[in-house]
Amino acid sequence: MEQQKAIIETQELTKAYNGQAAVDRLSFNVNEGEIFGFLGPNGAGKTTTLLMLLGLTEPTAGKARVLGVDPARDPVRVKGMIGYLPENMGFYRDMNAWQSLMYIAELNGLSQDAANRRIESALRTVSLLNESKKEVGSYSRGMRQRLGIAEVLVKEPKVAFLDEPTLGLDPDTANRMIELVEGLCRVKGMTVLLSSHLLHQVQKICHRVGIMINGRMVAQGQMDQLAEEKLGVGREQYTLEEIYMKYFREA
Amino acid sequence: MNGIKVIFKKELSDHFSSYRFLLLFAMIVMVSLVTVYMAGMGITKDLEGVAKPKFVFLMLFTSSGMQFSLVQFVAFFGPLIGLILGFDTINRERNEGTLSKLLSQPIYRDAVINGKFLAGVFIITVIMASVMLFISAMGLMTIGVIPGIEEVWRMFIYLVISIFYISFWLGLAILFSILFRNVATSALAAMAMWIFFSFFVSIGANAFASALTPDAGESDPESAIRRARIEKALSLTSPMELYTDSTATIIDPMRRTPRSFIQMGFMEQLSMARFSGPLSLGQSVLVVLPYIISLMAITVLCFAISYAVFMRQEIRSL
Repeated sequence: MEQQKAIIETQELTKAYNGQAAVDRLSFNVNEGEIFGFLGPNGAGKTTTLLMLLGLTEPTAGKARVLGVDPARDPVRVKGMIGYLPENMGFYRDMNAWQSLMYIAELNGLSQDAANRRIESALRTVSLLNESKKEVGSYSRGMRQRLGIAEVLVKEPKVAFLDEPTLGLDPDTANRMIELVEGLCRVKGMTVLLSSHLLHQVQKICHRVGIMINGRMVAQGQMDQLAEEKLGVGREQYTLEEIYMKYFREA
Repeated sequence: MNGIKVIFKKELSDHFSSYRFLLLFAMIVMVSLVTVYMAGMGITKDLEGVAKPKFVFLMLFTSSGMQFSLVQFVAFFGPLIGLILGFDTINRERNEGTLSKLLSQPIYRDAVINGKFLAGVFIITVIMASVMLFISAMGLMTIGVIPGIEEVWRMFIYLVISIFYISFWLGLAILFSILFRNVATSALAAMAMWIFFSFFVSIGANAFASALTPDAGESDPESAIRRARIEKALSLTSPMELYTDSTATIIDPMRRTPRSFIQMGFMEQLSMARFSGPLSLGQSVLVVLPYIISLMAITVLCFAISYAVFMRQEIRSL
């Protein structure tokens, strides 16, 4: 596990709104092929960090590198390599799933053939192939979230940022979503930066986690390691929830 | 470039399949139909017994059959086309959460606003061009006169000016859709601007000019001229006035100047009286060139402001 290639690196990354730091000197890295659990309470600055890594907003100070590219310098290249599922993602209601995906594919400059192939495979992966001709407006929440994942897949990105992909889903659907994410990482070798509040599920699939509170990364590393540091217990004797709450109370 | 093209294509197909476009188009075609039919009837009657009329075809656009001539109609209702096409451009995407998705694709941010603006301009061009062709066809049928080459050129220039004019309102609506998060607010703000410029500027200019210049009655032509000048200058802040003036001599070759009679000097009035022939095309353009350029300038300026605001906006607030 050690000395893996870091795919995302940040150094002292800071973003201030009106003088108040939303993200405060953040330094962390994500290795190739891992699922990194990005945890923290609402408003801790997780989404802001993701936006900076995507080059959608400029950092006030500090540096970030995604796959060796500085997102503040060359956002278009970075955005081409990252699949981003925003929190509360929206859809064009009068388009069907296939059309939505085709729009994404065209924006990514794919040829017609490649687009058709990728769309079909993405829809199959999220098992929406049979509903692909229905208007998105008639989809349930779970289906929309899966379509969101399909939009990420069409890009065939090396890295995926999934911001709360389980938000508002019922337990069963949420579980399946998490399994889907795990499959993507295992089968396609995708690096995933996953932000979620479902600590139970995160614990199951994440290789490493980072806990962010009030704009600062208070802990990052493998869960075993964190458990030993914080709770003094070994393998399998803790839950991520305990670690999280411990950090949360301290902060 | 790819980004602009894809967004342009998508926006166009959205426009063409939307009900609001269909309604707008149906309304405009219907009104221009009625207008031109009335105008055509009026013209045939007016020209009975006239030996060699000039520029009959252009009269289709300028002579008012019922209440409106087409030129007046476009000046008044043209803005509505721009506003309806643009008022929810950015904030609808923002409210539905599709904007952050769109911007996280590998495109430059300006591709979004450029693509959307160009799609709007394209739609405006389609509407205006088809309305003019429609009127021309109707005109051929009702008055039976074939337009000369100069008339075709004048119609073309008029078309270009109209497209710029309506695009100004499109740009304004897009600006409001960037500034206001709520779709209803941006629609109302855009409508308010439209009403302000159509009614209140001319009323206000009149009142303001009267307040500035003491009324000395008939005996003091100086103050009457000054009043007219102030009023004109003030009313030119309205794009509608600018549009009416820039098209004045283009579509009506008999007119020499967009200015009112009272503002002319003595020699100018004299020459108006003595030479009553039409202006050549080049001269017509020359007379209103400042207005045309101002109109194009405010259109570009309005879009430039939207562009700048959109590029600087924090994504966080999207």
